[in-house]
Amino acid sequence: MTDSSFLTSGQTDPAVGASSATSAAAADRAALLSVRDLRVVIDGLHILHGVDLDVAPSGVTALLGRNGAGKTTTVKAIMGLVPRTGSLRFAGTELVKLPTHLVVRQGIGYAPEDRGIFAGLTVAENLRLAERDGSPAYDLVHELFPELKQRAGQLAGTLSGGQQQMVAIGRTLLNGNRLIIADEPTKGLAPKIVAEVADVLERAAATVPVLLVEQNLALVRRLAGTCAVLADGRTAHRGGTAELLADEEAARRLLGVGRPAPAATSVPGPAPTPTVAVPPPVVPTATVTKEVAP
Amino acid sequence: MSTDTSTTSTGSAADGKSAPGRADRAIPRTGESITERSTLIYRALRWWPIALLILFLVAPYSALPLPGLLDGPLGSPGSLQLIALCLVYGALATGYDLLLGRTGLLSFGHALYFATGLYATDLAMLELQLPFAAAALFGIGCSISLALLLGSVSLRVTGIGFSMVTLAFAQAGSILVQRNPGGVTGGEEGRAAPVEMLPDSLVGIENTANLYWIALGYLVLTLAVVQWTVSSPTGRIWEGIKENERRVEVLGLRPYGFKLVAFVIAGGLAGAGGVVYLLLTGGATPQAATSDATLALLVMVVLGGSGTRWGPLLGGVLYTWAGHRLGDLANSSAIADLPAVLRVPLSQPLFLLGALFVAVVYLLPGGLAKLPARIRAGRSKTDTVGVPGPAHSLEGGTT
Amino acid sequence: MDTVVLLTCTGLGLGALYFLVASGLSLIFGLMDVLNFAHGALLSVGAYATWWAGTEGGMGFWLAVVFGTAVGTVAAVLLELVLIRPLYNRPRDQILATVGVGLAVPALLMGIWGADSRPFPQPAALSGTVGLFGAIVPVNRFVLLAAAALVLVALRLFLSRTRYGLVVRAGVEDRAMVTALGIDVRKAFTLVFAIGGAAAALGGALSGLYFGSVHPGQGTSLLIFAFVVVVMGGMGSVTGAAVASVAVGLVQQFANYYTAAGLGDLSVVVLLAVLLLVRPRGLTGRLA
Ligand SMILES: Nc1ncnc2c1ncn2[C@@H]1O[C@H](COP(=O)(O)OP(=O)(O)O)[C@@H](O)[C@H]1O
Ligand SMILES: [Mg+2]
Repeated sequence: MTDSSFLTSGQTDPAVGASSATSAAAADRAALLSVRDLRVVIDGLHILHGVDLDVAPSGVTALLGRNGAGKTTTVKAIMGLVPRTGSLRFAGTELVKLPTHLVVRQGIGYAPEDRGIFAGLTVAENLRLAERDGSPAYDLVHELFPELKQRAGQLAGTLSGGQQQMVAIGRTLLNGNRLIIADEPTKGLAPKIVAEVADVLERAAATVPVLLVEQNLALVRRLAGTCAVLADGRTAHRGGTAELLADEEAARRLLGVGRPAPAATSVPGPAPTPTVAVPPPVVPTATVTKEVAP
Repeated sequence: MSTDTSTTSTGSAADGKSAPGRADRAIPRTGESITERSTLIYRALRWWPIALLILFLVAPYSALPLPGLLDGPLGSPGSLQLIALCLVYGALATGYDLLLGRTGLLSFGHALYFATGLYATDLAMLELQLPFAAAALFGIGCSISLALLLGSVSLRVTGIGFSMVTLAFAQAGSILVQRNPGGVTGGEEGRAAPVEMLPDSLVGIENTANLYWIALGYLVLTLAVVQWTVSSPTGRIWEGIKENERRVEVLGLRPYGFKLVAFVIAGGLAGAGGVVYLLLTGGATPQAATSDATLALLVMVVLGGSGTRWGPLLGGVLYTWAGHRLGDLANSSAIADLPAVLRVPLSQPLFLLGALFVAVVYLLPGGLAKLPARIRAGRSKTDTVGVPGPAHSLEGGTT
Repeated sequence: MDTVVLLTCTGLGLGALYFLVASGLSLIFGLMDVLNFAHGALLSVGAYATWWAGTEGGMGFWLAVVFGTAVGTVAAVLLELVLIRPLYNRPRDQILATVGVGLAVPALLMGIWGADSRPFPQPAALSGTVGLFGAIVPVNRFVLLAAAALVLVALRLFLSRTRYGLVVRAGVEDRAMVTALGIDVRKAFTLVFAIGGAAAALGGALSGLYFGSVHPGQGTSLLIFAFVVVVMGGMGSVTGAAVASVAVGLVQQFANYYTAAGLGDLSVVVLLAVLLLVRPRGLTGRLA
C-alpha cells in the first residue's frame, strides 16, 4: 500500500454521502448483483465496513480504489471466500449465506487477483477442473486463446504470466456464466498482453456482464460504463465511469491519480508509519483493542 | 476460533474485576427471586479461588473425610500426595497454556522440558553428587537452556510445522531416555532419587505435608508468573500474536522474539515442575518424557479452558484426580457387575478421558472455565444486552 | 552380505508399512490441513479387526484382511463425517479432536482385548522364509512390499485418471480456489479419509503379519515415523511418501543394527526436525 493513500484517505470522507446519494438513482435500474452494507472481519480485523455496489445487467462495471482499499476483499466476500455479512442479491437470489461452491453454481465465474491457477496441473487439467456442466465451451475458449490449445499438456506453473491469465479467464468462459468477476486481470502483464486481455474482456462483456477490478484507468475508460470506488473498506463513490474520470479533481481524490496534490508531495521521508495516518475505523494497534462491530 | 475465545476471555476477566460491585447493584434492578438467588450464587462463585486457597491452606491439618473424592481423610499422607500431584499437574498445565492459550503456539513437546528438569535434577544428585538445592537449580537451568536452544530453532517454522518440530525433538528426547545411554537414565525403570542427598524434611511418608507445601508453592509461583507476564506489555503482544500474527508484523514487531520468550518461560516453569515431581514421586521415569505426557497436558488445558486464568489449573487437577480415581473405579465391584458394553469403556481411564476431551472440544469450546459464563449467557438471553460488564454496571449505578 | 540382504528386506518391509500409513496421512494433511493424530488408531482398528476376523470370526487370512480393511475404512469415514466435518471452521479443534480419538480408541481396544500382545494368525504360506542371495528372509516382508506397491499404483491411477483425483490434486495446491470453481470439496475430504483409512487399516492387518502379533498401541507407535515420512516426502505427495518411506525404513534398520540400538529411531526423528527447519516448504503441498 502506498503512503499517499494513507495521507489523503481522510479527505475522501466528506464526499461519500453526496456521491452515493446520486448513484442510488442509477441503481434503480434492476442490477444483476446488488451488494448492500457488505462487511468483512478477519481475525478481529475490520476490513470492510459497509460496501455498496451494483453490477449493471450488461457491460462492464468497474470496481476502483487505491491499493488496500478493499477491492479484492469485496470480491472474495461476494464469492464467499472470506466470512461476510450484509446483503448480496444476485438475480433474485441472496448469496450471503451460501458457501463458495454454491455461489459459483449460481453462474458466477471468478478470475482471482493472483490468477488462482494450479501450477502442478496441466493447462488442460486446469480447464477440465472448471467444467461445471455437460457442454463446456472449449470452442470459444480456444478461439479466444489459441495458445491454450497448443499448450494443453504443459504444466500451468511453467506458463508466462499472460498465459496464466488466459487460463484464469478461460475458466470463467467455459461455463454458461451469468456474471464474470475479474480481479486485476492485467496486473503485471506486458502492454501487448494487456491489450489482448482487454479485447477478450470486451468481447466477453458483449454477452456476459463483467465486474472488473482494475487499476489501468485507460482500460476502465474504454470498457466500463459504471463504476464504484472504494476507500478504506467503504464505498466512496458510485456513478458513471466517464463522468468520474472527466472530473480530474474527483479522480485524484478518489483514485490518487493525475498530478499529485501539493500536500502529498510535501511530505518528507519515504514511509511514515501506517498506524499514524490510518483513519479511525480501522485502527490496528499493538495493544490489540477489541473492536466491537457497531 | 481465536477471536471467539479471546473476546470471551477478556470479557470474563473484566467480569472478575467488577464482580462484587456489579452484583450488589444488580439485585435491586432485577426484582425476581430466581434471578436474585442466581446472582447470589454467582457472587459466591466469584470468590471460589479464595475459598479454594483457604481449603488448600488448612488441608494438611484437617482430618475431614471426603468419601468418594479421596480414599483417606483430607490430611492423611495418601490424600495429600494425591492433592499435591493434582496441584503439580494443574501448575504444569497452567505453564503449558502460556504457549497454547496465551501465545497460540501448539507445542507437542512440552513434556521434554518437564522431563529435563526431572532427570537433570535426579542425575545431578546421582552422578555429580550435587546437594539437592544445587541439583534443582541445575535441573531448572538445563530446562531453560534446552528451551532456549530448541525454541530458537523450532520457532523458525510456524503453524503445524512448529508443532511437528517440537514433537520430533521431544520424541528424540523420549527415545534417548528410554535407550539408557551409558546406563545413566536407567532405561525403562528410570532412576530413583537418592534419599541420602535429599533434605530429611522432604523424605518419608510422615513428611508428605512438606511436599504438599512445595507443590502448592510451585502452583502459586506458576500462577503468579503467568498472570504477571500475561498482563505485561509482552503479554499483550502474545495476545496479538495469538489472534493475528500478521497484524503484529505490520506494526514492525518481530513475533519470533516474543514467542521465544514465552517458550523459554514455559520451559523453565515445566522444569521446575519436574523438580517438584521428582520430590513427590521419589524418582524419574521415562513416562514423563513421552509424547503422551504432552498430550495429557493438552487434554488438561483444553478440558479446563485454554487462555483463561483458572481453566488449565482446573483441568490439570480434574484430569489427575480422575486419572487416579477412575483407575480405582475400574477395579471396583460397581463396575465389575455392569454388562460388558458399559464395563469395558468405563474401566479404561484413557478412553474416558479421550472421549471427554473430544466432547469438550465439541460441546464446550472454551473448556470448563467457560461453563458458568455460558450458563449465564443462556439465562440472560432474555436480557436486551447480552454483553456483560460496563454496560450493566452503569445501568445498575443509576438506580 | 546375507545380513545386508536381510536388513534391506526388513527395512523395505518396514518402509512399506510406513507408506501405508503415511500415504493417507499425507493426502489428508495436504488437502485438509488436518494432521490426523487418529491415523495410528485407524491402523490399530484395522489390525484388531483382521485379528478378530481371523481368529474368533473364523475367516481365512485374506478374507480377514479384506474385513479389517473394510472396518478401518468405515471407521475413517465416520471419523471424518462425525468429528472432523462439524469443526470445519475450527482447524485447531479438528486436530485436537483427532488427538482425543487417538487416545480413546487404543484405550478402548485395550479394554476389550487387554493390554498384552495377541498372536496374529499366520497362514502357512506366508509364515515361511525364502532364500535370497544367501540370506533367509521371511516371506511376509514381500507381502508387505507387494501390498504397498499395489496401493501406490492404485493411488497414482486414482490421482491422475479420475475427476476426483484431479480435485484432490488441485485441492492440495489451493483448496479455496477449488471451491471457487464450483466444486464441493468436502466430498473429496470424505474420500481422502476413506482412502487413508483403508490404506492404514491394510497396514494394520499386514503389520500383524510383520510383527507376528497385534497390540493396542501398534498404530500410535508407528505414527511418529509416518510423520517423518510425510514431511520428508512433501505433504500431499504420494510418490514422495513412497520414496521417503523406503529411505526411513532402511536408515532405521541399518542404523539400529550397525550402531547402538535405538540410534536409528533417534536419527530418523531428528531428521524430521532438520527437514522441517531446512525446508519448511516441505509442508506445503506438492503432488507428484
Ligand atoms: N487476511 C487478511 N488479514 C489481515 N488483513 C487483510 C487480509 N486481507 C486483506 N487485508 C487488509 O485489508 C485491506 C484491503 O485489502 P485488499 O482487499 O486486498 O485491497 P485491494 O484489493 O483494494 O488492494 C488491506 O489493508 C489489507 O492489508
Ligand atoms: Mg487487490
